[in-house]
Amino acid sequence: MMTTIMPEAILMAAEKMSAGGKHPLTAMFGRDETATGVGYVIYCYFEIPEEKTVDGFKVVFNPNGSLEYDSITHVVPAAAWYEREIKDMFGLVPKGHPDLRPLVLHETFPEDFYPLRKNVKVNAKVRGERQFKVRTAKGEGLFEVPVGPIHAGIIEPGHFRFSQAGEAMLQLDAKLFYTHRGIEKAVEGKTPYEALPIVERICGACSIANTWSFCQAVEKVVSVQVPRRAEIIRTLLMELERITNHVGDIGNIPAGVGFNPAISLGGRLKEKLMRLNEAVAGNRFLRGMIIPGGVAQNITSELCERIHQVMDEVADGVEDMATMFHEQENFQNRIQTTGIVRNQTAMDLAMVGVGARASGYAHDSRSDFSYGVYDELDFKPYTKTMGDVAARLLVRIGELSASFEMVDKLIELLNNCGEQELSVVMEYVEGSGWGISESARGSNFQYVALDGDGRIDRLFVRSASYANWPALPIAVQGDIIPDFPLINKSFELCYACIDR
Amino acid sequence: MFKVLERIFKDKLATENISLSASDRYRGPIEGSANSDVLKECAAVCPVKAFNVSGDKYNVDYKKCIFCGRCVEACAKKAIDEASLRHKHEDALPVLIESGQEVLQEVLKEKLGRSLHVRHLDAGSCNACDFEMGAMSNPVYDLHRYGVHFVASPRHADMLMVTGVVTRNLEQALKMSYEALPEPKLVMACGACAAGGETYGDTYAVVGAADKVVPVDIYVPGCPPRPTAMIMALLAAADMLKEKMK
Repeated sequence: MMTTIMPEAILMAAEKMSAGGKHPLTAMFGRDETATGVGYVIYCYFEIPEEKTVDGFKVVFNPNGSLEYDSITHVVPAAAWYEREIKDMFGLVPKGHPDLRPLVLHETFPEDFYPLRKNVKVNAKVRGERQFKVRTAKGEGLFEVPVGPIHAGIIEPGHFRFSQAGEAMLQLDAKLFYTHRGIEKAVEGKTPYEALPIVERICGACSIANTWSFCQAVEKVVSVQVPRRAEIIRTLLMELERITNHVGDIGNIPAGVGFNPAISLGGRLKEKLMRLNEAVAGNRFLRGMIIPGGVAQNITSELCERIHQVMDEVADGVEDMATMFHEQENFQNRIQTTGIVRNQTAMDLAMVGVGARASGYAHDSRSDFSYGVYDELDFKPYTKTMGDVAARLLVRIGELSASFEMVDKLIELLNNCGEQELSVVMEYVEGSGWGISESARGSNFQYVALDGDGRIDRLFVRSASYANWPALPIAVQGDIIPDFPLINKSFELCYACIDR
Repeated sequence: MFKVLERIFKDKLATENISLSASDRYRGPIEGSANSDVLKECAAVCPVKAFNVSGDKYNVDYKKCIFCGRCVEACAKKAIDEASLRHKHEDALPVLIESGQEVLQEVLKEKLGRSLHVRHLDAGSCNACDFEMGAMSNPVYDLHRYGVHFVASPRHADMLMVTGVVTRNLEQALKMSYEALPEPKLVMACGACAAGGETYGDTYAVVGAADKVVPVDIYVPGCPPRPTAMIMALLAAADMLKEKMK
């Protein structure tokens, strides 16, 4: 049970929970509980690695009283984005926050529009005006380079404003959340099963991670045990999604420097994996597999055979790519010492996934938490310490070989699993729960609250990219602007996941 | 350098002919029949209101359909007799609004008269369509062989390829990009969000399908459409452009 505190006590509570940064901030989000007479609430979840869980507190605001509180960003730097989002969505104002610009809602929304409050209709089409100034550096000889939201390549939309001192990037301000679709509001009032197609479509690349976190949270509310076969299949799907993404990424990072043979080889390998995914799930993004209570389709022994075969081919290809990278000196020249994130920065920003692990911060939900069948797979996070593009590339290659091994073990577990049941029937009850899974980009956290009819009252999605985006503007500082695509690709952060 | 060359020559040619067929589990268009009670059940579970029933007839609005398979699932649960719905294991063909679907087959047979320059615009997608669009350039699909190129600016493009449901935050970008295209111009709504706009329902942050903001010439069903389906649609678009040039 989470402790409830008054807004005045938030700073002290945050300081105590974070324990000097030992417990990274997992998520911070608002919820409108005025209907039950509680008020507006901010939930703060911190990760407690030694207990393999998350814990925290909730701050209750009287809707008729002051909606201000002391910003905790100075104590917990990772809170910066969350506090801005809560202000956009609920109108709770963090006093003393270093950057109180909007985050999610752009210029066409009026100032006092708080979409996640319950008195706002899901399809409220209010138009207005608000200020959203992009930050720039001023000084003699400095100039700006605006990029986006529509980019030159086939990528997602975001606006980047570079303040340049010659070729060097002095400062980068990223304006994101262009693809904000109001998903958290859209699922309110739906049953988890009805909401599932939407949750699956938060992000294409992280379909499994999002669905799995969501289903874990729902299953926690209902307190059911998922059949063992389903747990193994879910873990296997997650590793397939990771392999697909990592292979795609190591084939895409070379595109940042125009290293064509590697791009081409990566593209071929990824296509093999996408086709495998389609054979497994009926969809190239593994959609239609995970459902609340289990999985929708079995992975038959014929499919296991096919997975084995494709994994062998892809593993060979990845090895070739690793050799290619290693031997190509001019490529190494570009990726080493480029886009560095220091270990302390990674910890301060509570970074997750590849971004964290490449900076020597061994954050990996597969070992930090106990879910799926990861406990049986004898898994250790793979880390590098340099924190540059090269390190992020090497972490992916290292993780790929770990994942190939895991897939082998998972297929063995699946073949030895006598239980044939794929899912249990869910009877939804009132309550709340959280779920966590390690996507290809890092830890993916979701919070689900169901009302008395078993319908969603609040869904909060904190994808891995949300935690890592703030690190990108820091990583690029001092590097030259032609290296930006390379640095950006080395993080490979989703926009769809964070924008929701 | 030589080692890289050596590695390149190790691979055989990867480029394939375009085929619409897919694996056994692939959820393509719906076929088959069922009685009206069962069909009503199918319509009720459709998350995007794409399944329409009148009596014992049904039609699926493929602009909206996200190919989740819930109608087929509901039918399998309900139908006791043999009549039931199932998925075809191939892609839905692009939906053209000006000319009919027969254009497609001809285009494929005939060598293209001109090339097509395309500007991609993510108007609020989940990135699945975007990844598939990127995949068209891999050696397996090798889009360039058809004379189709992705360009960096709408000013260089014949066609805007829109993915995603148009969000409030991107509405202006879509309008401005459309205006920046030189005449004659085409717009393709690629995937269930851009074509049908029902994927996430109607929310405060969503404007809707692409045709709510700009005129759309061709729709590509799928969630996401596979690269093969997108290539078919691009070839059809190239043909439409040829017509517009006359």
